[in-house]
Amino acid sequence: MKIIDCSQITSLTERLCIEANCIIGSDILESFSKCAGCEKSPLGKEILNTLTENAIIAKEEMNPICQDTGMTVVFITLGQEVRIEGGFLEDAINEGVRRGYEKGYLRKSVVKDPLDRVNTKDNTPAVIHCQIVPGDEFHIIVAPKGFGSENMSRLKMLKPSQGVEGVKDFVVETVSEAGANPCPPIIVGVGIGGTMEKSALLSKQALLRAVGTVNDNPALADLERELLERINSLGIGPAGFGGTTTALAVNILTYPTHIAGLPVSVNIGCHATRHAEGSL
Amino acid sequence: MREKINITAPFEQHQIESLKAGDMVYISGTVYTARDAAHKRLCELIEKGEEMPFQFNGAAVYYAGPCPAKPGKPIGSVGPTTSGRMDLYSPSLIEKGLKIMIGKGLRSKGVIESIVRHKGVYFAAIGGAAALMAKCVESAEVIAFEELGTEAIRKLEVKDLPVIVAIDSRGNNMYEMALEKYKTEYPAI
Repeated sequence: MKIIDCSQITSLTERLCIEANCIIGSDILESFSKCAGCEKSPLGKEILNTLTENAIIAKEEMNPICQDTGMTVVFITLGQEVRIEGGFLEDAINEGVRRGYEKGYLRKSVVKDPLDRVNTKDNTPAVIHCQIVPGDEFHIIVAPKGFGSENMSRLKMLKPSQGVEGVKDFVVETVSEAGANPCPPIIVGVGIGGTMEKSALLSKQALLRAVGTVNDNPALADLERELLERINSLGIGPAGFGGTTTALAVNILTYPTHIAGLPVSVNIGCHATRHAEGSL
Repeated sequence: MREKINITAPFEQHQIESLKAGDMVYISGTVYTARDAAHKRLCELIEKGEEMPFQFNGAAVYYAGPCPAKPGKPIGSVGPTTSGRMDLYSPSLIEKGLKIMIGKGLRSKGVIESIVRHKGVYFAAIGGAAALMAKCVESAEVIAFEELGTEAIRKLEVKDLPVIVAIDSRGNNMYEMALEKYKTEYPAI
């Protein structure tokens, strides 16, 4: 039995909120350099280099990479041997978000009611996904999600007869319709299977996988490669000003599903798709 | 390679009309930030026949909601937000004279028609280069709708804010030109 106090969860969450918003993943930085090397559009190259420059400044000054410091999405992996003391887990996480967004000079971008739209002024509540696992692990991933890209995300309940071709068409169509809006070069998270909400969650979890890594499942790895090529042939390019780098990666996660269903979710991440993680 | 053009706001009409889609421009002088909530409020003021919080003639509006400023700094990270969410409001504002817009992403047919009719211009700043954009801001002051927090209207003094002409006063659209130039057939032959 591992005992974790809520104060530890709050401190860790606070630190991760600031880190996630100011320090881009090294996988994305490397991808910018690699793609700037192959990018056919001179303006596209310049934009990729500008994004690298911005990331360097953001890290040096600990200022947000993007002013949209997002709605705070938090993934918790909670071992069933863990006992949380000193309060309620969700409250501890939200207090960490509150402190992190204040101390980090991050933008408060959350409204309490989606119809009434009054700002909560502290970026809470976070959107928290908690998975219970065997053992005594406690792991937290803070993945702020900006809404320029989030707004371009889509979900469709395909018929099984539409098959993998239907999936491919839907993914490419979603990216094509989004155009310049989600700040290309994008990362495309795809969730296939489960139920409506499970496919959506999978598509967001898919964004956590490092750019440049290969899917464990060879069939999905092939599908990811094909989708990336198709997307990059759309010509949207960095910032939508044209080019051959529209997406840095396509990551797919799947789950068993119903005999009558083929849910597909496409969660678009911008070039500042970001997260920070830690364990207790 | 297109030349880089320096313009100090407020803009003169001949400057707006001389710009072509794809031109790279450095804007200095005064720009005003306003996004979703402020646009809604401005249109409500227009409907009521009330006065605007700043002079529209020659003014540039920057669709942005900044991060809070650290002590000693004028502003936090401040890149552009997605312009499409302002499409509902822009035609009324363009008609009233606020026809120089800075944002990012696609605009609707209605907005493009208004830009052409009133000879305005739509610039795109690079989304997500927000720490860099902050370095172009010399001062920032809330001038309207303070209760909207990050969505308040701020008057910014900027120096060399880098933007690209996305839609010029004749309706030429950089986003469409880009696709024509770089779209290829898949599978590659």
